[in-house]
Amino acid sequence: MPDLITTANLADPDAVFEALMNAHRDLAPEASRQLDAKLVLLLANHIGDPDIVKQAIALAVE
Amino acid sequence: MPPHYPYRPPTDPGTRHPIIIVGGGMVGLTAALDLARRGQPVVLLDEDDTVSIGSRAICHAKRSLEIFSRLGIGQALLAKGVTWNTGRVFAGEKQLFAFDLLAEPGHEFPAFINLQQYHLEEILVEACRKAGVDLRWKSRVTAVDPRADGTTLTIETPDGTYQLQADWLLAADGARSATREAMNLPFVGKVFRDRFLIADVTMRAAFPAERWFWFNPPFHPGGSVLLHRQADNVWRIDFQLGWDADPEAEKAPEKVRARVAAMLGPPILPANTEFELDWVSVYTFRCRRLEKFRHGRILFLGDAAHQVSPFGARGGNGGIQDADNLAWKLNAVLRGQAPESLLDTYDAERIPAADENILASTRSTDFITPKNDAAHAYRAAILALAEHHEFARPLVNSGRLSRPAAYTASPLNTPDDAPWPPGLPPGAPAADAPCGEGWLLHHLAPDFTALVFGPTPATMPPGVTALHLPANGLAAHRYGAQAGDVILIRPDQHIAARWHHCDPETIDAARRRCLCLT
Repeated sequence: MPDLITTANLADPDAVFEALMNAHRDLAPEASRQLDAKLVLLLANHIGDPDIVKQAIALAVE
Repeated sequence: MPPHYPYRPPTDPGTRHPIIIVGGGMVGLTAALDLARRGQPVVLLDEDDTVSIGSRAICHAKRSLEIFSRLGIGQALLAKGVTWNTGRVFAGEKQLFAFDLLAEPGHEFPAFINLQQYHLEEILVEACRKAGVDLRWKSRVTAVDPRADGTTLTIETPDGTYQLQADWLLAADGARSATREAMNLPFVGKVFRDRFLIADVTMRAAFPAERWFWFNPPFHPGGSVLLHRQADNVWRIDFQLGWDADPEAEKAPEKVRARVAAMLGPPILPANTEFELDWVSVYTFRCRRLEKFRHGRILFLGDAAHQVSPFGARGGNGGIQDADNLAWKLNAVLRGQAPESLLDTYDAERIPAADENILASTRSTDFITPKNDAAHAYRAAILALAEHHEFARPLVNSGRLSRPAAYTASPLNTPDDAPWPPGLPPGAPAADAPCGEGWLLHHLAPDFTALVFGPTPATMPPGVTALHLPANGLAAHRYGAQAGDVILIRPDQHIAARWHHCDPETIDAARRRCLCLT
């Protein structure tokens, strides 16, 4: 079973953080929640492997 | 008008019968018919004298139709039912997507038919009567006294109460099983805090025979709605009401009429469609089961053993598979062909099947009835993405429709002794295919059948009938079989074993394993 990558793997972390913040700027809490849910679903589909997604959930819950 | 079956005063108080079935619903009747066709005398007790009130279980899956075909009523059901393959899912005013339940050619039966439970039961009662089942109407079980070697039943009739002895008791008496209550057996599982209104509506409409499911439609804001076409221009509509709805107030005809009228108009039905209400009910549901289905000489089937939410048609179809699994085993035990331990495999095979149905229907219910803000947010995100993005559509859960259970972990299976291509492993239900002028499943024997592929001479052990099939046909393709392969099929038409090389002794050993004789 492949492992969730938890070492630095993001090519341009500052740009990704900035893109997330820009997307949420001016959104009400409910709309923000919608946006995050859509992002999680899009990225989970891109990952494809349910085991990786479950490892990420377990880590996030910790 | 519903049929009323003749009640006859009991003439045999105190008599001992080999098999008594409690409950004349679709599952009890199916078990009675299967056992009677295997030559067993069956007494069936039902508390009223008619069929189901309202449509109730309406979607009958291909596997159920194949079981009913084995019992001689498959074509009658197909002729009466509405065949459908297409489902559509809507959110708000928009269609998100449509799905096709595969109209794969080369099967006698379609993926699903819709047929009201009362029509199915009427056909079953007639078949049971012809098969010699002792049908006792207006016979309500009021006490159950289980012993190691049988059960004493106290039965209330219009002529007072009497007792019968059962060597084997089949409890198919539904979600409020009196047998279960008398034995004080707990359910494990959960209850959902939601209510649904269910309506049977008669109307003449050119609406296609499809399953339509709406999340939050304009005509029923905040809830979901499911629409199905049934036989005789009867339509089945389920409205999600929420936990706070008043079930009695919601059943008021004028209130239901207003809900149906709100649906009329494009794109569903012409605005001026006239309709009549046939039946209305409000239900809540549970996803739960008994810890065991066999309790000594008492065996639980259908809703008496396990309950699921209605999304996915897993209640009725699961119950039919219970009857299919149990009847041949009890017949083999009663004929002395197998030890009683064969009946423990009813638990070993049907409990995992029930768990599969409970899991699928719990997940559907969690999607249809979100439990907290996060669940609402994720569902809204999925529905919003699904309209334009194919990837999100498999996440939309409006019910995962019944699939036949494959008993792949069953102790009755003989494990493969060589690699096989993908196909049907031991424990899977036998696949149908064209065979000569008819269908493969019609050619299977009532006991064990060996499918023999290609021009292979094969000597069969006693109790096994050979069915020779071409090695290059659709059947060989579906079973992943080549010339020389042999596949052993059980009396309930599930696969017991398969070999590339075998002799009569190997086949006999698999048959004996399947009867718990080794």
